[in-house]
Amino acid sequence: MHPDLAALLYLVASICFIMALRGLSHPETSRSGNLFGMVGMAIAIITTLAMPGVVSYGLIITGIVVGGAIGTVIALKINMTALPQLVAAFHSLVGLAAVFVAVAAFYKPQAYGIGTPGNIHVASLIEMSLGVAIGAITFTGSLVAFGKLQALISGKPLVFPFQHHLNAAIGIAIVVLIVMLCVGQSSAVFWLIIILALLVGFLLILPIGGADMPVVISMLNSYSGWAACGIGFTLGNNLLIVTGALVGSSGAILSYIMCKGMNRSIFNVILGGFGTDGSAPTGGAGGDDDRVAKSGSADDAAFMMQNSGSVIIVPGYGMAVAQAQHALREMADILKGGGVDVRYAIHPVAGRMPGHMNVLLAEANVPYDEVLEMEEINRDFKSTDVVFVIGANDITNPAAKTDPASPIYGMPILEVDQAKTVLFIKRSMATGYAGVQNELFFRDNTLMLFGDAKKMCEDIVKAME
Amino acid sequence: MSSESFVEKATEAANQARELSNELIGLAGEASRLSAESSGAAGASPTVIGLTVLVLAVFVGYYVVWRVTPALHSPLMGVTNAISSVIIVGALIAAGPAGFGFSEVMGFLAVTLASVNIFGGFIVTQRMLQMFKKKK
Repeated sequence: MHPDLAALLYLVASICFIMALRGLSHPETSRSGNLFGMVGMAIAIITTLAMPGVVSYGLIITGIVVGGAIGTVIALKINMTALPQLVAAFHSLVGLAAVFVAVAAFYKPQAYGIGTPGNIHVASLIEMSLGVAIGAITFTGSLVAFGKLQALISGKPLVFPFQHHLNAAIGIAIVVLIVMLCVGQSSAVFWLIIILALLVGFLLILPIGGADMPVVISMLNSYSGWAACGIGFTLGNNLLIVTGALVGSSGAILSYIMCKGMNRSIFNVILGGFGTDGSAPTGGAGGDDDRVAKSGSADDAAFMMQNSGSVIIVPGYGMAVAQAQHALREMADILKGGGVDVRYAIHPVAGRMPGHMNVLLAEANVPYDEVLEMEEINRDFKSTDVVFVIGANDITNPAAKTDPASPIYGMPILEVDQAKTVLFIKRSMATGYAGVQNELFFRDNTLMLFGDAKKMCEDIVKAME
Repeated sequence: MSSESFVEKATEAANQARELSNELIGLAGEASRLSAESSGAAGASPTVIGLTVLVLAVFVGYYVVWRVTPALHSPLMGVTNAISSVIIVGALIAAGPAGFGFSEVMGFLAVTLASVNIFGGFIVTQRMLQMFKKKK
């Protein structure tokens, strides 16, 4: 294939990828967007296969078939609640693939037209080392994130003394090694860069706690894009650069939105912010507080909601853990059947990845126009009879607005305290991720429903029938 | 005019024509060399061209991604994850040459990993998006 034709086809593929992201501006156009993505990828692969240097089709097709089969099976079998760890695992594969491509380019640069072994152009070496370093960080970082989300390793932040000094030292060492690589072209130095970058990935993500995972996943999403970008520079391939930039900026924007949802800076999150695992109980019921919260039964909750005019449901990570979304939708259906206005309010950082709650509710067949974002619904709490909080805590805590001493002060919250009655489904009085007590629990118009979220929803459904 | 002088003149003309054509070839060579040089001077290095593309693409990405509705942020991660596997292009070139050396093995592994991601990423995104169909 003529290089100009190949470059033009790559351009078409780039446009397809842009259209894929563009389609996601609305649920109705999103499926055709995804189709654009697939078409773009097919064009990219077929164009590359038609290149004169690519001849061993047997090997390549074996790789595509084996990998494709594995990917297809995983994607079809995966449970929607396990989505965050799946995405983390997929990010790690992109990182590792980037490392492999860079290694291949280092040992056989003539295949990419960037020099000969031991005599690679300096610009290519720099681009290659950046690509390989970002790829390696993405790989191990995503593995750690996967382990935390899958509860293979503790969700607690693992902090040790001089952690940040160590990270900074390794970062400087990598820069020095890149310079040495450009001067000496030594393969030992190249491997040392890879090993140190792998180490950075571990060290960077280990200190970050479980509930900060939405930021981490978005950040790794971004990294996987920049890794592709680095490889794109090495190969002089604009498609890789464009796609890498799209993915990189997408991940960066998501990280920004998640950080803003917690009123924290990205550095605060990376350097390890709040201390605890979201689900770790602190002390006994009531924590360090002597006040007593009113608790009620499923029957109380059913009665209150059926006799109200409007209900807003606020889901959090607890709903995902308990897999309560189907029972919750059943409950909402009965309420709607009885003429109650039911809507859902989603906080930007609810769950373990951006948009996590929306997917789970969609899975349970909740119509997407009943699911509203924080800015859209916050002013409606005032005129709402009952707010039903299921598996969320910090994102409803009024201390974020009223108490400047609180660690979550300044964080945007769902203003559920404005509603006439608030129902909280919780397993215990434990504090949320931020480790602060929620004074809403002790208000007169709050009723605590202790128990597993799914069980409680099912009991409420029974009580309503 | 004798036939001899005619032949002489013809030979002379032919020689002149040959000289001219030689000169023309030289000129053409010069011109092509000059044009190659001038285009080399006007065209930036591949790294700078790449940087131009990168910056423009970041801008495109910025504006497109801000338009994504927050409800679809999970599918956005799914689809970006799938398209970042376009790194398979590099992997195919590495695995492509005949023979099965170290670089080809690396390329093969990268092709396999990227394929897991391409198929897995697009299919899981499609599954998510199917759930966002308008309910009756």
